[in-house]
Amino acid sequence: MRFLLDDEQRAFAASLDAMLSAADTPSAVRAWAEGDRAPGSALWSRLAEAGVFALAVPEKYEGVGPLPVELVVAYVELGRHAVPGPVVETVAAAALLNGLGERGETGPAERLLPGLAAGGSVATLAMDGGYALDADAATVLLAMEGESLYRASGHGPVRASMDRARRLARPEAGGELLARGPQVVRAARDAVTWARLATAAQALGVGLALLDRTVAYVGQRTQFGVPVGSFQAVKHRLADAKIALEFARPLLFGAALSMTPADVAAAKVTAVEAAYATARTALQLHGAIGYTAECDLSLWLTKARALRTAWGTPAECRERVLAGLSGDRPRS
Amino acid sequence: MDLTPSPADEAFRAEARTWLGAHVPTVPLPSLETEEGFAAHRVWEAELAADRWSVVSWPAAYGGRDADLMHWLAFEEEYHAAGAPGRVGQNGISLLAPTLFDHGTAEQRARVLPPMATGEVVWAQAWSEPEAGSDLASLSSRAVRVAGGWRLNGQKTWSSRAAFADRAFGLFRSQPGLPKPHQGLTYLMFDLRAPGVTVRPIGRLDGKPAFAELFLDDVFVPDEDVIGEPGQGWRVAMSTAGNERGLTLRSPGRFLAAADRLVALWCDVGDRADRALRDRVANAVIGARAYQLFTYAGASRFLDGEGVGPESSMNKVFWSELDIALHETALDLLGEGGELADTAWSEGYVFSLAGPIYAGTNEIQRDIVAERLLGLPKGRR
Ligand SMILES: Cc1cc2nc3c(=O)[nH]c(=O)nc-3n(C[C@H](O)[C@H](O)[C@H](O)COP(=O)(O)OP(=O)(O)OC[C@H]3O[C@@H](n4cnc5c(N)ncnc54)[C@H](O)[C@@H]3O)c2cc1C
Repeated sequence: MRFLLDDEQRAFAASLDAMLSAADTPSAVRAWAEGDRAPGSALWSRLAEAGVFALAVPEKYEGVGPLPVELVVAYVELGRHAVPGPVVETVAAAALLNGLGERGETGPAERLLPGLAAGGSVATLAMDGGYALDADAATVLLAMEGESLYRASGHGPVRASMDRARRLARPEAGGELLARGPQVVRAARDAVTWARLATAAQALGVGLALLDRTVAYVGQRTQFGVPVGSFQAVKHRLADAKIALEFARPLLFGAALSMTPADVAAAKVTAVEAAYATARTALQLHGAIGYTAECDLSLWLTKARALRTAWGTPAECRERVLAGLSGDRPRS
Repeated sequence: MDLTPSPADEAFRAEARTWLGAHVPTVPLPSLETEEGFAAHRVWEAELAADRWSVVSWPAAYGGRDADLMHWLAFEEEYHAAGAPGRVGQNGISLLAPTLFDHGTAEQRARVLPPMATGEVVWAQAWSEPEAGSDLASLSSRAVRVAGGWRLNGQKTWSSRAAFADRAFGLFRSQPGLPKPHQGLTYLMFDLRAPGVTVRPIGRLDGKPAFAELFLDDVFVPDEDVIGEPGQGWRVAMSTAGNERGLTLRSPGRFLAAADRLVALWCDVGDRADRALRDRVANAVIGARAYQLFTYAGASRFLDGEGVGPESSMNKVFWSELDIALHETALDLLGEGGELADTAWSEGYVFSLAGPIYAGTNEIQRDIVAERLLGLPKGRR
């Protein structure tokens, strides 16, 4: 029992971090938000080369997975660098297709998964009438409708998210029917678990980026002749943010090891609440500059809010945690 | 990244569980904070010690089992899950003993540790003074050199259960007038029944005589009871303060067990339509699990050779807030019945309220997190 990342996992995180730092992700995010996909797509290709999108895909479909711990390692970095696009949805789609394959329905998996793993295609996914993220940028648009999984041929109007780098649209009804039956519903549950895990990791990364930037800012911004970071009211808010984020981290890795829906839900709610609280603190401690779209901080601030409800609200996740514990306890 | 226990881990846990199953008293002992309860808990310490369960992480020579940190954590989980009594020996076991392992002499270890392990000698921590709380280094009780030892004078306060304990350990100013308050302090042990010691119990929030203040009037302490070098007391004391904030004072098992009881309570009496309360129950459960896993990660690093660093300040803030949240939620679930004193939940609640104050207040811990972990500039203290 050694509950720590090994050297290889740490090196993987460090290499993604270095690559994304060098790639000027903030401009790619801003371009993505304006509808210019080119810099974002270039980023995606490099992530695909690094193997990020192969982590949820088993070897028989040309992936390297499933490797949930490595997925968490990677997605923390994607969150820290605010990588745009349906990063979580691509993982969810992969888990769904793989889940179908495991339940005997291998056709869609064989056809679509190699492309996802290699990064040649970008998938997004809508559950039962919900929105799909970045449907206009995806090459594979999946839609769950009851017991049916469709590959939609188009989508409705694109709506802006509060996070300007996220764009939401509903798939058009129908399209190509990929599979139907109770096995689809079960595979969709796997997809939700993977999506929640990836969202939680991404949220932790978002929170860590917000904390780092804020610590740097309050260390150099002076008022009353001293750095504002020397004021205790400022320090204590940042200490609380640090504590909240650092206690989300082990839940996330614990969930990656067990992959039970309850553990993943616990990690998701904790990570998004910590990231969101950190966003509030980051904005407050930056003062007015933090409230501007010009300041890069905004790229993470709004994402922290969006991820809070993506793939399960905090209330839904908490309910899932308790359902895992109280299911077999009769009421006296 | 691995959470799978080894067969040896499983075997250790199973042995502990079996022993606890056969020995944990079926009727709860009277409160540890009363004279009667204190005596009953000493008997329990002796029972634990008889089968070497009182200090599992110590070397066998002192009554332990040489258990590593993972086994100790497993033992604590089993201990609390079994609903076993509170530990009357905990101040000595979790604060003084690590200090003696790090800084004591072989003679001191041989003399002090075995009767500590059996509950025969129960120790009190005598650090705080009326004018020295958070700013502990400003303490003014004195130790003056005399033939063969030291004479202590001054006043200590808020010493948990010192009213019934046998001996105490604390810091004294042995060389006044040095430029920094941390200099010239000496760490030593003294007898609470020695001539010149007056112990006055102080009722706490629930009226129980848990604390005491100690008046020291020319109390003699022999040289053999100085821990580490005279004048180096601050360094000696701080090397183990991390233990108090972090692991050993509040192991995860305690919160996991409380969270389990909370879920059971929610299943019994919780109003399923009350989503706000349901969310708080879930938060407490998640918090206990987070604390457990955070601790496992810390223990893994420790076993890799890293010491307990300022991370213990994060533990302190986290567990103390978690403890209050767990108990407040239980009281709210109980509704009107939550008001009753002498229930396990209400006693636990009153105790939890002190968590953010003792072992270094949470304000002080947040300063440490901000300055030592985040690297923020030091401000005025
Ligand atoms: C249940 C309980 C058991 C205890 N057991 C023991 C024991 O066994 N042995 C022992 O020696 N002591 C014990 N203590 C004492 C405990 O260690 C002290 O209470 C603690 O160190 C705080 O000191 P104080 O009470 O004097 O508060 P103060 O230091 O007077 O603080 C008052 C308030 O001011 C805040 N404050 C002080 N300085 C700062 C600062 N620089 N920045 C921000 N805020 C600040 C504090 O956080 C606190 O909120 C116990 C206390 C309790 C409640």
